[in-house]
Amino acid sequence: MNIHEYQAKEIFTSFGLPVPGGKVAVTADEAVSLAEEYGLPVMVKCQVLTGGRGKAGGIKFCESMDDVRTNAANILGMDIKGHTVHKVLITPAVDIASEYYIGMLIDRNTKRVLLMASAEGGVEIEQVAKDTPELIFKQPIDPRYGLLDHEAMDMGMRLCPDDVKMARQLAAAMQKLYLAFVAADASLAEINPFIFTPEGKGHAIDAKVNLDDNAMFRHPDYEALRDLDAEDPSERTAREANLSFVKLEGNVGCLVNGAGLAMATMDLVKYYGGQPANFLDIGGSSNPEKVVNALNIILADKEVKAVLFNIFGGITRCDDVAKGIIAATKSMDISVPIVVRLTGTNAEEGRAMLADTDLHAAETMDEAVKKAIELAG
Amino acid sequence: MAIFVDDSTKVVVQGITGRDGGFHSKEMLAYGTKIVAGVTPGRGGQTFDDKVPVYNTVKEAVDQHGVNTSVIFVPPFGAAGAIYEAADAGCELIICITEGVPTVDMVKVMPYLEERSVRLIGPNCPGLLAPGIAKLGILPASIVKEGPVGLVSRSGTLTYEVVYQLTAAGLGQTTCLGIGGDPVIGTTFMDAIVAFNEDPKTEAFVMIGEIGGDAEEKAAEYIKANVKKPVVSFIAGQTAPPGKRMGHAGAIVSGGSGTAADKRKALEAAGIPVADRPMDIVPKLQEIWKR
Repeated sequence: MNIHEYQAKEIFTSFGLPVPGGKVAVTADEAVSLAEEYGLPVMVKCQVLTGGRGKAGGIKFCESMDDVRTNAANILGMDIKGHTVHKVLITPAVDIASEYYIGMLIDRNTKRVLLMASAEGGVEIEQVAKDTPELIFKQPIDPRYGLLDHEAMDMGMRLCPDDVKMARQLAAAMQKLYLAFVAADASLAEINPFIFTPEGKGHAIDAKVNLDDNAMFRHPDYEALRDLDAEDPSERTAREANLSFVKLEGNVGCLVNGAGLAMATMDLVKYYGGQPANFLDIGGSSNPEKVVNALNIILADKEVKAVLFNIFGGITRCDDVAKGIIAATKSMDISVPIVVRLTGTNAEEGRAMLADTDLHAAETMDEAVKKAIELAG
Repeated sequence: MAIFVDDSTKVVVQGITGRDGGFHSKEMLAYGTKIVAGVTPGRGGQTFDDKVPVYNTVKEAVDQHGVNTSVIFVPPFGAAGAIYEAADAGCELIICITEGVPTVDMVKVMPYLEERSVRLIGPNCPGLLAPGIAKLGILPASIVKEGPVGLVSRSGTLTYEVVYQLTAAGLGQTTCLGIGGDPVIGTTFMDAIVAFNEDPKTEAFVMIGEIGGDAEEKAAEYIKANVKKPVVSFIAGQTAPPGKRMGHAGAIVSGGSGTAADKRKALEAAGIPVADRPMDIVPKLQEIWKR
């Protein structure tokens, strides 16, 4: 789950990272009263779950209350890469003498949390990684000991070789960020930039955190951080029904058992010139209720002109799956054609059951995909 | 012969009295896997399916039966704990089927396993099936056949799809291995490929990759430098939009890396044919494999 800058900053603040104050406003009036509380100058920052907010005009420096009002009014409701701005963060502006990047993520190769830091702060780190990878320093963190003092200080000195006081502030920020990362079950945590004022005081002025969906069970309070406005309504319904679903732009709805097979099915639809409408992993269950939920989500999309079930029956028996699909489709009013591919355990029995229905049975993935594309028109 | 298992494999199932653990334990027993004990805390003294003794701890199972392998069907909040317990009790191979284990838990588990030289497969995986030797996990026994092909995959049902096609074409398998779709896993693509390369019974192998990370790219480099056996590949997720998790926690294209196109390029540059469709995998293998 991705969370907003202001929410990430709340987590950072609770771990003692130096974050300038700030609160969110949903109207220009609120923005002005917050600016009055903090004193000028302030920053008005759109809160949307995407990068490149500054370039898109969603972040403004304001020296007067008129600026605050105008900018807040402009930014609220703005569309930034398909995300509508519903909230702006009002935060005191600080003078910037230098900018750094500090980030942590899960590194699949070392199987550890990896600290990455660079003196090239305030720009897109993906670009730095591409153009000048030698300017990004990396330190895998041993989970037994955490980020040790000397490791953090070494990184601090690499970033700030001429100023030990600043290096110490960077090192302390890295250690706090690691504690926050682990405690929050993050999959990504970034401060970009971590800045120093001309007086040498460090601040984390931007924050990005992605949380591990698998760990939500031990952070019930984080459920409140979810931005329901930013979530596609069909993706929300799917999440609430415990289905793994991603909406796409096509017209062939896909219901598949297993994530890998679901991806391969989408790919095959595209291979034959069709457009998949979604990714959906229905799991190993043949439970009619689950099939009904999945079909409701897919059929809510009016672009969907055909539905394709791709089921490989391994442990799940195909006749059970067929029974589930027949029960589910009978209970619903469905106007689009449905193709059902069943292969594996008891596949013939399953397909025989489909023969007496309006459902189109198929044996192979190829046959099913081609049929679904044809029926979608 | 197979990779990671042999005739000495003696198994304990952690979570044997649960719904999934119980169902799959019966399937494994039916295949002839030597499940000699089960563990569910609080159920010690009971018997599973009238033949397998249940203990409260893995330690008891190891002391009583000399088990060396654990298969874990414990819910996500207890999965890491179950892995520590199995490793501490002396299991040398642990297969964690559980889906939804927090990644930070797995990061913490890893050094503990390294210190004890324990091999972990998974989590969030279908496990391993070595036809004629053992079934450790949830891969369906009905689709496999003994033979000379190795198969490693990050997926579940897509693996079954490919195994099914191999078997239908008369190509049996030494070992079918699902390593799991999470970002941090025990046995990696690379580990499996090294093992298949060294296994004398494995004459050729198939790797089924998917978007996210760079395990396929790393495997490609290794294969180019070290592997003479025929290898073919398939990568799922060519149409996956960036930034979206495609079911598996590890299946995500982030910051422009981990795309199917990059992986395909790396594999092809290493001389490994990449199938366009799952059904092209077997013909591609037959094309390059002069038996």
